[in-house]
Amino acid sequence: MTLPLFAAGGDPGPNFAALLRSAGLSPPTPDTPATDMAITHATTVVAIRCQQGVVMAGDRRATAGHLISHRTIEKVFPADRYSGVAIAGAAGPAMEMVGLFQLQLEHYEKVEGKALSLDGKANQLGMMVRNNLPAAMQGFAVVPLFAGYDRSREIGRLFQYDVTGGRYEEREYAVGGSGSLHAGTVIKLGYRPDADADEMIDLAVSALFRTAEEDSATGGPDLVRGIFPVVAVIGAQGFERVDDSEVETRFRDLLDSLETRRGDSR
Amino acid sequence: MTMPFYVAPEQLMKDRADFARKGIARGRALTALSISDGIVICAENQSNTLRKVSEIYDRIAFAGVGRYNEFDQLRIAGVRHADLKGYTYSREDVDARSLANQYAQVLGQTFTHEMKPMEVEILVAEVGSEPGGDQMFHVLYDGTVNDESGYTVLGGEADSIAERLGQTYDGDWAVGDAVKASSAALSGQERTFEADDLEVAILVRETGRRAFQRIEGDELARLLD
Repeated sequence: MTLPLFAAGGDPGPNFAALLRSAGLSPPTPDTPATDMAITHATTVVAIRCQQGVVMAGDRRATAGHLISHRTIEKVFPADRYSGVAIAGAAGPAMEMVGLFQLQLEHYEKVEGKALSLDGKANQLGMMVRNNLPAAMQGFAVVPLFAGYDRSREIGRLFQYDVTGGRYEEREYAVGGSGSLHAGTVIKLGYRPDADADEMIDLAVSALFRTAEEDSATGGPDLVRGIFPVVAVIGAQGFERVDDSEVETRFRDLLDSLETRRGDSR
Repeated sequence: MTMPFYVAPEQLMKDRADFARKGIARGRALTALSISDGIVICAENQSNTLRKVSEIYDRIAFAGVGRYNEFDQLRIAGVRHADLKGYTYSREDVDARSLANQYAQVLGQTFTHEMKPMEVEILVAEVGSEPGGDQMFHVLYDGTVNDESGYTVLGGEADSIAERLGQTYDGDWAVGDAVKASSAALSGQERTFEADDLEVAILVRETGRRAFQRIEGDELARLLD
């Protein structure tokens, strides 16, 4: 690998995707629909605003058609120190997009000596989703959620995308993936403005649990194998993943309360 | 047909080297020290925005002296090289030695083939998991690579600064001691430096993924006190 030096006219600037293109490393776009091939899909993700910033969560299941292909995939990632991205859709292209997005933010920061603004990051992700549109038309759609702590305004903000790269900022919560209808309803009923992160983690946990009951593509807590959804809080301290043991405790509390309720009605 | 004047190759190389050395000697110097907490890089730099010391990758830093536009171009090429390599293979496959070799190739090529050699000296430093594992490569304007251990000085008056630093250097220094000693060595006896005169960064040994941290403002002033 030689040192990538460019003439002033052909310089890709801080854009990592343009650098990849010039190095011939961009992923190819499929030109025929994926009809006979089972594509692995990642499913339900949620993001909820809270006092400290934003809570993000995603289940761990990936499906290919009617089969479960993975029990432990992760769909919630740090994008950089102060933002996170959660993905739903075709798992392979989605992982690639997250990896590229993380690199893009870091690359920009190193080349320019200054991190992108939160709006800049959100736009950047929108552009990546839009560039994926030809692949989406062939069955490889990727629909991410993006959330971050805006350090200039000192609030958490979250963004939802559609398959064309349309970017929509949400004020309360956003959901994505196959279980979004159910997860959205649970969050809508439980959401309170100005609630703190602790409360909203419980709401996210409960939304994923309820969704897993209704949507076959969403995985619930797996108490046998000890697999729990990924939950993260993004606030002034940056992206912090909630410990698995704490998520487990919250699920067990939720199950206990549901069991008590059943006992009472018997 | 006109014949160009014959110039002996020795003379040609010497002229180029003198030209590059003169350009570098006009610039201000910087020091890099390997200590137990990591690698501390201190540069004399009045500007808060035009950097001499920068992050290349997780555990690799870059520092340059001489002409700003030339070493900044090399810095960006280094970031691109590292990010492309990490993307193609894996993050742990990106190392300072291969990057230093790439720089040496480019500087050597420019020195012999271009109109004008680059008037820069650069440092590629990689912090190891233990003090013995630190790597510091000092690349000269003609592509010569020196593998340094302990401490190194780049730029004008490098010899006298290195001598001052060498009298006290101790690998067990805390970060504050290293910054103070570097500042004193860079300034000499006639001057004293404030926080605004210095650009300081450290590659922290015990850290998460990205080891590069700048020490600026009040934090730097406290260390210099």
